[in-house]
Amino acid sequence: MKLSLRLNGADRTADVAPHESLLTALRERFVLPGSKNACDQGECGSCSVLLDGELVCSCLVLAAAAEGREVRTAEGLTPDGGLHPVQRAFVEAGAVQCGFCTPGLIVAADALLRAEPEPTVAEIREALAGNICRCTGYGRIVDAVQRASKGIYE
Amino acid sequence: MTLAPPRPGTLVKVRGVIGESPQRPDAADKVKGEFAYASDLRADGMLVGSTLRSPHAHARIRSIDVSKARAMPGVRAVLTAADLPTRELIGLMKLDQPVLARDVVCYVGEPVALVAADDVDRAVAAAKAIAVDYEPLAPVSDPVAALRPGALQVHEKGNIIDSVRVVHGDVRATADVVVSGEYEVAMQDQAALGPEAGLAIPDEDGGVTLHVATQWLHEDLRQIAPALGLPERKVRLVLAGVGGAFGAREDISLQVHCCLLALATKRPVRMSYGREESFFGHVHRHPARMWYEHGATKDGRLVYVRATVVLDGGAYASSSPAVVANASCFAAGPYRVANALVHGVAAYTTNPPAGAMRGFGAVQTCFAYEAQMDKLAAACGLDPVEIRVRNGLREGDAIITSQPMVGSAPVAEIVRRCADLPLPAERIPTDPLLLPGGTGNLTAGEGVVRATGYAAGFKNVCYSHGFDDSTTARVRLMRDARGPIARVHTAAAEVGQGVVSVMLQVTRTELGLERVELDTPDTSVGSAGSSSASRLTWMAGGAVQAACREVVVELDRRAAARGVSRRDVGLPALLDEPIDRTVTYRHRPTEALNETTQNHGHVAFLFAAHRATVDVDLGTGLVRVVQVATAQDVGKAINPLAVIGQLEGGIAQGLGLAVMEEIQLKDGRVRNPSFTDYLLPTILDMPPVLCDVIEHPHPDAPYGAKGVGEPPTISSTPAIVAAIRAATGKALNRVPVRPDDIVFGNESRSGWRIAPGADPATAERA
Repeated sequence: MKLSLRLNGADRTADVAPHESLLTALRERFVLPGSKNACDQGECGSCSVLLDGELVCSCLVLAAAAEGREVRTAEGLTPDGGLHPVQRAFVEAGAVQCGFCTPGLIVAADALLRAEPEPTVAEIREALAGNICRCTGYGRIVDAVQRASKGIYE
Repeated sequence: MTLAPPRPGTLVKVRGVIGESPQRPDAADKVKGEFAYASDLRADGMLVGSTLRSPHAHARIRSIDVSKARAMPGVRAVLTAADLPTRELIGLMKLDQPVLARDVVCYVGEPVALVAADDVDRAVAAAKAIAVDYEPLAPVSDPVAALRPGALQVHEKGNIIDSVRVVHGDVRATADVVVSGEYEVAMQDQAALGPEAGLAIPDEDGGVTLHVATQWLHEDLRQIAPALGLPERKVRLVLAGVGGAFGAREDISLQVHCCLLALATKRPVRMSYGREESFFGHVHRHPARMWYEHGATKDGRLVYVRATVVLDGGAYASSSPAVVANASCFAAGPYRVANALVHGVAAYTTNPPAGAMRGFGAVQTCFAYEAQMDKLAAACGLDPVEIRVRNGLREGDAIITSQPMVGSAPVAEIVRRCADLPLPAERIPTDPLLLPGGTGNLTAGEGVVRATGYAAGFKNVCYSHGFDDSTTARVRLMRDARGPIARVHTAAAEVGQGVVSVMLQVTRTELGLERVELDTPDTSVGSAGSSSASRLTWMAGGAVQAACREVVVELDRRAAARGVSRRDVGLPALLDEPIDRTVTYRHRPTEALNETTQNHGHVAFLFAAHRATVDVDLGTGLVRVVQVATAQDVGKAINPLAVIGQLEGGIAQGLGLAVMEEIQLKDGRVRNPSFTDYLLPTILDMPPVLCDVIEHPHPDAPYGAKGVGEPPTISSTPAIVAAIRAATGKALNRVPVRPDDIVFGNESRSGWRIAPGADPATAERA
C-alpha cells in the first residue's frame, strides 16, 4: 500500500506493507535509520519520533496510521550545518557513549523542553523514563538536558 | 613589546590531550542519527538473512526437510549443517560449537538452519517452513548435578568445561570467628541496545567482506575463515557501528552465518537480530552457586577463606575457562589472607551458553565474599568500613594466588574515601515518585526504611595467565593543504566506551598536534585484542603511544640531518615525505595457570569501593536506591568525563543485577526474552552517583592509566544488597533480590551440600 506523509518537512511517499510499523517504514523505505530498532515493543524509546508533534514510539505505530500526518525524526531536528541545542548539550555533557539510545533521547528531550523549558531534575527523570540507556547510567543525560534548558526555549 | 610566533609543540597549547575531556569524535554523528550502526547498513541487491533455532534444550535431530522453504518465492538460499563447506567448529577458548547444529541441539535457541531471501518477511516465513524432526532428550539443567558422577553428559568429554583450584598457605587453618554461607547469582543479560547485526558482501576473489558489530575483529576472523573453508586473506572484517557490547559481542553470533549466505547467493546479505532473537543469539553472565567459609581473629583479621564456586557454563564453552579462573583467583576479594582453598568449576549444561559480561567472574564471587565480610564484621563487632580497612590489600601484599600487589593497591584508601563522600539528606521523601514503587504510588512513606551498605572489589586488567596480549597501532604523520595531520589505524573496537577519544588524546599528546583522524578499524591492520577486560586504555593507549614515539624518533632524525632541532623548525618543514610507523605493543608477560594457582597470573589490578543508600518498603518489598557513592583508583584519568561515564554506567548495570535483572530459566527455556519482561534500570531507577576518582599511576601502564570499565559493576551490586540487608535484617543470599525475598525472607538454596573449598563433584543432597 502507498503511504504519503510529511516527513522532516518534506512530502514523501513510499510503498509499505499493511502490517509494517512506522519504524520499519522510516528505516527501510525512507532510509532514515536514525530512529533505532532496539526492543521492537515500545519499552526502550530508541525509536522515538514526533507524530503531529506528539512523542511516540514509532515501533508501536502502524506505518499506515501516519498517512497524511507530520513525522519528525532525530535527523529532522538537525539544522543545516550545525547541531540542535539539545544535540549540542548531549555532546558537551558526555551523554553519548554507544549512542544507540541517543537519537530517541534527543527527540524526547526536545519534546520535554518545548513543553517545559526549565524542568526540574524530577521532571526530567519522569519525562525520559521511557528511554532506556544501557551505557551511561543517565547521570550525564540529566546534565545534558539541564544544559539544554538554559535559555534555549524561551 | 613584540611577541615571537609560537613554536609548534612548545608554546602552542594543543587541545584535547590526555587529562582533558574533549568531545568524542563520533558524538556529533550519533546525536544527529547519522552514525552508521551495523543494523543500519545497506548494499545494492542486498538480501536479508534469517535463522531457524532449536525449540528444545536437548534433542537429537532425526531429519530436516527444507524443500518447502526452498520453493517459496523470493527465497535465495536455505542452508543446514549438510550444506556447510567444512565441519570446523567455533568457540572463543575451545572449538566446541557447530556453526549449525548437525545431529543434536544442546540449548534452546541453537542455530539449526539459515535462510536468505529478498526481504525480512520472506526470510522469516521460509525459516518457519523448514521442518525439523526432533527426538527430545533429557535436559541437563542443574550445573551441580551435571558435575556429579554418572550425570548425563552434554558432550563427549564430560561436563567439566574447566576447573581451577587455588591452594594457598595452610588449607586446614582454623580461626576463632567463623562465618559461612551459600550464595547465588542469577543469569544477567548484557542487553546492549544495538542488536547483533552484520552485512556480508561477496568479493570477486571468492572471498567475503563482513561489516559487523563486534568487540574483537581478529578473533572473529580466526573462527570465521576456517568455518568458511577460506584462507584468512580472503575474509575481510570491517567494524560497523556498535551499539554497546558489555561482553555480548566477544563470541561469534551471526558472523559465519551471514558470510555463508553471501557466498551461497553471491549477493550482499544483511542479518540483524530482533530483541527476542538477541536474547538467544549471545552468551550471558554465568549464573553462579557459591559455598563460602571465612575464618578470622576476634578483632576481625582474616585467617582463611574457603570457597567452592560452580558456574553454569551452558551448552558451549565460550570464555568459561577464563571466567572461572577469574572467579577463583579473586574469590577472597581485595583482602590480605594467608590461607585459602578455592575450587571453581564451570559446568556444561543444556542451558543457554554463558560467557563474557562486564566484570567477568569477579562479579559473582564479589557478591559472595562481600556478604561474608559483613557477616564477619557483625560477628566481630566491627562496622563494615572498619573490617574492610583492616584487611584491605596494600602495596606489596599478596593475593591468594601469591601474586604481590605492584604499584598501587589502595583498598583502605578507597573504602575510607568512599565512606567520606556526603550522604543523602536523611529525610525519607514524601513525593511518591521518589519512594519505592514510584509512579505505582504504593506508599506515602509509611513502612519505608532507609539504610546504607558498603562493598569493595577488585579485578585484573588486560589478559591473564600467559595469553599473548597485544595491540597493533599504525600512526602516519603527513602534511596536506591545511598543514600536518596524523592518521591512526588500529583494529580497536569502539563499542561505546570511548577508546576513540583515548587514541586521539594520546596522539595529540605525543605529537603535539591537534589534527588527528582515526581510520576505520578492520583486519588490514594487526589485532587490537578485544574491547574487554578493561584493557584498551592500557593496550590501545600503549600501542598508539609507542607508534607515535617512533614517529617522533624519525622527526628528530630528519631534523638532525638538517642540523636543526625539531621544535625550532616545526612539523610542516619535516614532512616533505610522510612518516609511517606500525608498532605492536605488549604488556609484560603473565604466568600460565598451574596446579595450585600460585603464580603471577595477572598483569595488574583495578580497585573500587561502593556505598549504597536505599529506601526499602517493607510491606511490598520494593527498593529504591537513593544514592551510590564510589571511589575508584584508575591510575590516571585520560578523559575524566569519560571516566565518570564509565563509573555511572557500570553502577547502573550493578544496580540492575542487585534488584532487577534476571534471565529466568526453566528447564533451559528463557521465560523473559524481551525488554518488557527483562527489567533494565531506567532513569527513574538510577540515583545520583558521587564519584571520587583516584589517580595513583601504575608504573607499567601508559601514563599510569590502568583502565576503568569493570570495577563499577563489580562491587556496586553487593553494596546495594548490603544496604537492603541493613534495612530489612533479611539474609538475601541471592541476586537479583526480589520483592518476595524481602517480604518473606526467602533464602536461595541449591539443594546441594558442599564443604566450602571442596570439589563440587562431592556434593550431597541437602
